[in-house]
Amino acid sequence: MAILELKNIYKTYNPTKEYKGEILEDINLTIEEGEFVAIVGFSGSGKTTLVNLINGLLKPTEGEVLFKGKPVEGTSHERGVIFQNYSLLPWLTVYQNIDMAIQEAFPKSSKQEKDVRVKEQIEMVGLTHATNKRPKELSGGMRQRVSVARALGMNPEMIIMDEPLGALDALTRGNLQDEILKIWELNKRTALLITNDVDEALYMADRIIPLKPGPKASLGPEFKVNISRPRNKTELNDNADYKKTRNQIIEYLMDLGEKQAAESTTEYELPDIQPKDFRWDSK
Amino acid sequence: MKDSIIRGVKFIGLGFLEPLIRLICKEDPKKNTKEIFRKIIAPIASIFIFVGLWQLGSTALYNTEANYKIEATLKSQGEAEAQKIKECMESGEPNCQPNTLPSPAQVYAAYQTLLKDHRVIAADKKAFKEKTFEMNKKRVAQGKKAITYTGRPSFVDQIKTSLKTVFAGFFLALFIAVPIGIIIGLSKTLRGSINWIIQIFKPVSPVVWLLLVFMIVKTLTKNSDSDSSFIISFISVGLCSMWATLVNTAMGVASVNTDYLNVAMVLRLRPMQKIFKVILPASLPLIFTGLRITLSVAWMVLIAIELLAQSPGLGSFVWEEFQNGAMDSNSKIIVAMFVIGMIGFALDRIMLFIQNLISFEKETI
Repeated sequence: MAILELKNIYKTYNPTKEYKGEILEDINLTIEEGEFVAIVGFSGSGKTTLVNLINGLLKPTEGEVLFKGKPVEGTSHERGVIFQNYSLLPWLTVYQNIDMAIQEAFPKSSKQEKDVRVKEQIEMVGLTHATNKRPKELSGGMRQRVSVARALGMNPEMIIMDEPLGALDALTRGNLQDEILKIWELNKRTALLITNDVDEALYMADRIIPLKPGPKASLGPEFKVNISRPRNKTELNDNADYKKTRNQIIEYLMDLGEKQAAESTTEYELPDIQPKDFRWDSK
Repeated sequence: MKDSIIRGVKFIGLGFLEPLIRLICKEDPKKNTKEIFRKIIAPIASIFIFVGLWQLGSTALYNTEANYKIEATLKSQGEAEAQKIKECMESGEPNCQPNTLPSPAQVYAAYQTLLKDHRVIAADKKAFKEKTFEMNKKRVAQGKKAITYTGRPSFVDQIKTSLKTVFAGFFLALFIAVPIGIIIGLSKTLRGSINWIIQIFKPVSPVVWLLLVFMIVKTLTKNSDSDSSFIISFISVGLCSMWATLVNTAMGVASVNTDYLNVAMVLRLRPMQKIFKVILPASLPLIFTGLRITLSVAWMVLIAIELLAQSPGLGSFVWEEFQNGAMDSNSKIIVAMFVIGMIGFALDRIMLFIQNLISFEKETI
């Protein structure tokens, strides 16, 4: 049974004026339970808007978002979200950040159960040593781990990841990809990954769907990734299937990009600015 | 060790000592000597220059005033009288000194006088307390009022009264402005509807607030014997100074980072949880900026209000000295000016200290 369905989604931020602020058009997507789907797109193509429609922060102008057959109205604990910029609350420690989610998701559990759960989540992402640290004291990768633990702590049926690793360096990125996959395989939740990295999508997902660049972005044809799990990064490079799919997706995206560039007639005048000697006055 | 000392002095607002500590620890002597010159020696030199200019200015003013006085006497009363006055001035007789800007030395002398005066009054007070201790006990037992000291307050007493008033006013402002600020920050409708009040009342001068509060408090305290001048001055101070906090709190609450709000939405926090766990902590830096402005405005306005309301404190001290016109009155006014300035500075530092203590951003200016 499909866990998530998007039907003819049309989204504009400015419904009164025509042709202005139109982000998404004609989006149709079905995600089955337990599936790992990746949506790949250029930056600025409306990926975050799409994510916010699915997690319930935004409402579509036209069309329907169905989660387990019911229309999405507002956010829900059944859909955990991992934001691109971690969105941890800087005045709370790692424990408190995760605890806040668990307090809301399991209001009926006893104090001890919640405490155990928070600690489990922290252990799962390997941050036990940093339990009482604040986000500022953590590295980017550690922060995103906290964010993962917070989203999963609510025990959601579906994880939505909005470019979760976009701000990380390549090495940390690889590590976290593995960790997310490991956690995902543990109890086979449905996962939706939004990314601009084709390799990341190929490594993690069962199915890849490109998002055509906006305005009026819509989804392209899907590409199946038929590579058995667990996948191995070094072996992937020699995998014929992988190479073929990768080339297809990149070719498709490049074509889209070129078309977009050819269509665009606007010329931007760049301001004539010279760099200035820039120095912070230390206090 | 060294780093923790540096962090410590920075924390209490003595960051300028940092290069000195580093130099003592023999770290990068060239750079730190330069820093010491920049942060310690140059400011101290500027103090000396300031005092020097003051000395020059007061001497010039003294001479002008003295010459005018001699000439005026010469015209009206003849040469003999003029010569007398000139001699009187040169002899240093206090009664015939020209009334003008006092020199630094005179101000320092006035400071000493005020301190001596305080010691005398404090001793007097203590003696009075000891004398009336037994009697007061009896009076209270009989249900009568205790006898209190009603003598003239010393300069230090005035400072204490002023501080009491400013803190009463500050907390009044805090308890009015922060809750209202949060409420109007949360609701666009309320913000729109209350905005005119803020915009109109914010620029009103302290004098007018004082009169308004006087109108109201006078009627309300008609039948009680409470200290109405204190009530009037602290309420006026609170009302004058609360606007900065109100505006800042509302702005802070209204402009919480959307990321944090999205988190609150995704986690489905209940409204109260959202306010206390997300919105308030996120707007704390701005609230504190507002409170800092409020405290400094409160202190500034307080002097004017005390001066007008004739309630005891530094403001009335200044006004009384001005009316008094004694030979060292001008010097005492200047002493009060420095005391007011330094207390204002200290209050601001205290607020900064508290702000750094509770702020999650840790590095606020």
